[in-house]
Amino acid sequence: MTALTVPARPEDARLRPVPWRRMAWVTWRQHRIALAGVAALLGALAVYLWVTGLHVHHAYAAVAACHPASSNTCATLTVNFNNANGSTAELIAALLQGAPALIGAFVGAPVLARELETGTFRYAWTQGFGRWRWTLAKLVPLAIAVAAAAGAFSLLLSWYYAPFFADGNQTPLASTVFDLRGVAFAAWTLAAFAIGALAGMLIRRVVPAIAATLAATAGLGLVTGLYLREHYVTALVTSNPNVPGSTMGSNVFVSDPAWILSEQWQTKAGRPVSESALGQVLPAQLGGKGGGIPQSFEVTDYLTRHGYTLWTTYQPASRFWPFQWIEGGWLLALSVLLIAATVWLVRRRAA
Amino acid sequence: MNMNVVEASGLGKRYGRTWALRACTLAVPAGHVAALVGPNGAGKTTLLNLAVGLVTPSAGAVTVLGGRPPGSPAALDGIAFVAQDTPVYKNLSAADMLHLTLNLNRRFDRRYAETRLGELGIPLRRKAGRLSGGQQAQLALTMALARRPKLLVLDEPVAMLDPVARHDFMAIVLMAAADDGVSVLLSSHVLAELERVADYLILLSRGRVQVAGEVDDLLAGHRLLTGPAAEADRYAERPVVHLRRAAAQAHLLVRAGADDPVPPGWEAHPVGLEELALAYLREPGAAALPGPARGRALPAETGEPSEVR
Repeated sequence: MTALTVPARPEDARLRPVPWRRMAWVTWRQHRIALAGVAALLGALAVYLWVTGLHVHHAYAAVAACHPASSNTCATLTVNFNNANGSTAELIAALLQGAPALIGAFVGAPVLARELETGTFRYAWTQGFGRWRWTLAKLVPLAIAVAAAAGAFSLLLSWYYAPFFADGNQTPLASTVFDLRGVAFAAWTLAAFAIGALAGMLIRRVVPAIAATLAATAGLGLVTGLYLREHYVTALVTSNPNVPGSTMGSNVFVSDPAWILSEQWQTKAGRPVSESALGQVLPAQLGGKGGGIPQSFEVTDYLTRHGYTLWTTYQPASRFWPFQWIEGGWLLALSVLLIAATVWLVRRRAA
Repeated sequence: MNMNVVEASGLGKRYGRTWALRACTLAVPAGHVAALVGPNGAGKTTLLNLAVGLVTPSAGAVTVLGGRPPGSPAALDGIAFVAQDTPVYKNLSAADMLHLTLNLNRRFDRRYAETRLGELGIPLRRKAGRLSGGQQAQLALTMALARRPKLLVLDEPVAMLDPVARHDFMAIVLMAAADDGVSVLLSSHVLAELERVADYLILLSRGRVQVAGEVDDLLAGHRLLTGPAAEADRYAERPVVHLRRAAAQAHLLVRAGADDPVPPGWEAHPVGLEELALAYLREPGAAALPGPARGRALPAETGEPSEVR
């Protein structure tokens, strides 16, 4: 038997690999329908947002022009504007929360799952291009494409939502809108794509891979919004009740309200007071003697004068961009890691 | 062409606790149309997947094209693989499939591929998924050959095809082998056509190599003896591969050449490849590895690949 281990051949070392750019056509041809789907989805949403956004901005122009801003007339205008447009905006925000997961699932999951499910990987991975290069040359351009599309779309979202932050209706850090603006929307789309690619490689069937991607992305989004995001930077704590945006203070409808994490009344001795205990303290005309305490400036004023202190834990709206970069950063790192893991799995895969 | 296109030593592949292939040692020399034959589940597909680098071995080693690791750039460049059921992208047209293959390889003879498909009457514009099974197989074969490979690996290429399509398919494979010197390794459980197609036979059974050798040598090294059934058990001159009794007569497939003595009362006949393969398949314990005994014992250390069990 001739020896099985032969030193590397000099002619093999000179073998030039198939150029990367050749994969551009391949990736485009095989995934153009998925990309067109993304373009159609985001395009249709963009048209809708543009039309309703023009209406919202037109309506807000009247609110913004009101002088002086602290007058009752202006406050009424603001409330009316929020009542008329706020629910639609919130509905859109809620629906759009799912967009990155959908894009990731329907573009990312099939890239490998379809090859493995239909058996075409036996064709694709035995061509001269080489299978880990093939995987990389598919995943990276597709990831960039979906992230870029999502990024462009979130510019429009930022424009659409601008009036609601300006008029103090909502904090830009609120979990319903934070990840739709800035770099977060693109980063979430990228992460969903990377999750989809890996799920496709692991599950090897299209429909289950899509379902797993939707579930994993939604779960990650939920955990981030509920538990993770508020800890990006240590929250501020203040005894000043007038935190912008707090319903306890006098700064309710100011632009760029803060993200209030918790509000706690304390006695002079520094012991926390429950809401029902405070209700006993309040006079009847302020809603006391039973029920909860209505949150209003008058209540706060009354309690403060009677020696209670309101401790507010919050993230100021000025932290919007630091938070965006933190979230975008770790999602980008996660996506790179997941794509690298997928390529590694393809490379070492034992079918 | 003085190399082995596939060489395996102690090669094994395990899925979970089941060995799909084990202790496989063989060498397929270049310049042959080698048939890998065996019953379903014998490990044919596993062996081919190992050779093209889709699967990594659990034990042993395999090299291709004269000592290169499967899946290495040089191996991918020199080997074209047509997998079982000839997978094609169903939503791509035949022309797109050609363009795809062109982009994925260093060499691709587009003119050859288009001419070939034209001769076969396969419309370039039609989606691959709307071609017939035979046409899909022809498309996959055409793409493989247009890569101008040194080795063409075909996994059950004709299993799904009707007799006419099967004939046409194999005709093109044989033409490539004869005209362009492409080495071919094909797996099949269809024995009928083997003699016309293959000049090297590898018989795989229960994950082990049972027979390996050039068809001419194998046929020259085996005889079919026909004689009285009562005396069948007493025959001991040459190793008996398989004994078949039919009424008063017994048929013995023995490892013997044309010059070997025939016992009195017995008749010797040359054996056909299908008959030979069937006999070995029925006797998983028997082995002929490689270069069957031409009146001599198994080859000593002649430098030729060999396995003694």
